[in-house]
Amino acid sequence: MIAQFPALQVVLPLIAAPLCIVLRRGALPWFITLVVSWAALAMAGTLLDQVADGSQISYALGGWMAPLGIEYRVDTLNAFMLVIVAGTSSIVLPFAYRSVIREIPEDRHYLFYGGYLLMLTGLLGMAITGDAFNVFVFIEISSLSSYAMIAMGRDRRALSAAFTYLVMGTVGATFFLIGVGLIYAVTGTLNMADLAQRLPPLYESRAVLAAFAFISAGLLLKLALFPLHLWLPNAYTYAPSVVTAFLAATATKVAIYLLLRFGYTVFGADFVFDIVPASEVLLALAIAGTVIASTVAIFQADVKRLLAYSSVAQIGYIILGVSYANVTGLTASLVHIFNHAVTKGALFLVMGCMAYAVGACRVESFAGLGKRMPMTMAAFVIGGLSLIGVPLTAGFVSKWYLVLGAIERGWWPVAILVLATSLLAVAYVWRVVEVAYFRDPPADAPEVSDPPLSLIVPTWVLTGACVYFGIETSLPVGFAEQAAQLLMGGGS
Amino acid sequence: MEVLGHFNYWIAIVLMMIGFYALIARGNLIKKIVGLNIFQASVFLLYISFGKVTGGSAPIIADGVEIYSNPLPHVLILTAIVVGVATTSLGLALVVRIREAYGTIEENEIADMDRET
Repeated sequence: MIAQFPALQVVLPLIAAPLCIVLRRGALPWFITLVVSWAALAMAGTLLDQVADGSQISYALGGWMAPLGIEYRVDTLNAFMLVIVAGTSSIVLPFAYRSVIREIPEDRHYLFYGGYLLMLTGLLGMAITGDAFNVFVFIEISSLSSYAMIAMGRDRRALSAAFTYLVMGTVGATFFLIGVGLIYAVTGTLNMADLAQRLPPLYESRAVLAAFAFISAGLLLKLALFPLHLWLPNAYTYAPSVVTAFLAATATKVAIYLLLRFGYTVFGADFVFDIVPASEVLLALAIAGTVIASTVAIFQADVKRLLAYSSVAQIGYIILGVSYANVTGLTASLVHIFNHAVTKGALFLVMGCMAYAVGACRVESFAGLGKRMPMTMAAFVIGGLSLIGVPLTAGFVSKWYLVLGAIERGWWPVAILVLATSLLAVAYVWRVVEVAYFRDPPADAPEVSDPPLSLIVPTWVLTGACVYFGIETSLPVGFAEQAAQLLMGGGS
Repeated sequence: MEVLGHFNYWIAIVLMMIGFYALIARGNLIKKIVGLNIFQASVFLLYISFGKVTGGSAPIIADGVEIYSNPLPHVLILTAIVVGVATTSLGLALVVRIREAYGTIEENEIADMDRET
């Protein structure tokens, strides 16, 4: 049974999705989704436990052996990603029950959960597969379902946001497809491990250079690195709360995983950093992204949108760690993938509580909520502190490794810049906190209180994780270090 | 001869640029979808061209045939075509709902209406 986990991980949500559509009554689709998501988390945890000693699991789908068949290959890095995706989903889903009842018309609930399961399938598949073309198929499964999910938002702007995302996302995925086609044309294989062996003699080939350019441009669009982030703010702002929380914590992170997988495992670190000036390009874009997106975030009137711009900035930090091209930098990136998933998940769940209790996420609608919704606002403050990177929160750990990596590389100005941009985060978090705690609500404000426990508990589980992983850092840092060494060692 | 030998690739690139241009420059959402389709179709053509082996026959086992074209790119592109159809239908469905909600499918008019609210 355990031997089948790599396949079941993806197949279970895939089968459950049509099941939700068939069994459409009442809370049944929600319950199926919840059970499947928890099962996926249990399987991901088992897989991570099995590969924690640095070994790899290779699974031949349908018994067709690699490199001809599709291979699922699990190592520390993608088991870590599987746990992040399935874990976020498992915490968000209990929250989803009431939030979806409030935000989505009742006759569409079963479609919502069907789409959600497909999204989960796609993201888990992207993380686990060891076949370059299979990656494309899973990218499209997760993307197509997320376009539909974003369009379910109540505001009509959700529709135009979903359309923009559809156009840009499809261009990104098609670029990726062109790149995969080009490396297939020169090597004759699609298996990642096989590609890794056949590519080095072809490093000077123009087709390989073009393939790398197409694949990385496509993935950078998907992971929303500045200036390819234009689809993200609207999509996150107008999507239903649950979708935003899940997508913000996982979708861009899995795309970053793919960038690392293709950069280090398939093409190899020698190619990416010596032949192609990836380090310099990523450094420039990452710095521009963190500075500009953080500044733009300060001036947003809608807090959900503010957090969306902050996400663009945080993606900049993750890519910054990648651009150092050393183990510490890569560890920082992987730790920040985890910590940012926890932090942004918690903050967007707070936005979900706001949408539930107040019905709006504008800055002025936070007035006086510090007293009237104490639990919700306390979660926002802790999440905000973690976003800034205050000690004893998860965000601090990532910033610490980012600074260490920059110093190790000898890039002092970058280390100072990481600290300086944290001040921008202080500015945008403080704006909301100030309104919530120090401004009285308008006289005609309706009576509000904390949302029911089924919303508060998941929010606080993630908020608690922000603090827990800020103090007890060995778990994410241990796996991230191991995965970073695996990538660096495997590439050269 | 060099140019003619790469005829398929030239057409693929030309189509790709036409599609990409329509996607970026056209404000009408339906035209954007059309551009997206041309863009994707060019990639299909690119893949199928990779599969051609000089002097190779169709990949069906037959007596007296020694060289076959590579069928794998064809199979891959069947999958990509299915994905393309799904993308197009989802895109068109979104356009229908945008038309219901906004009363227009011109990008700049939608942007103006978004700015007012």
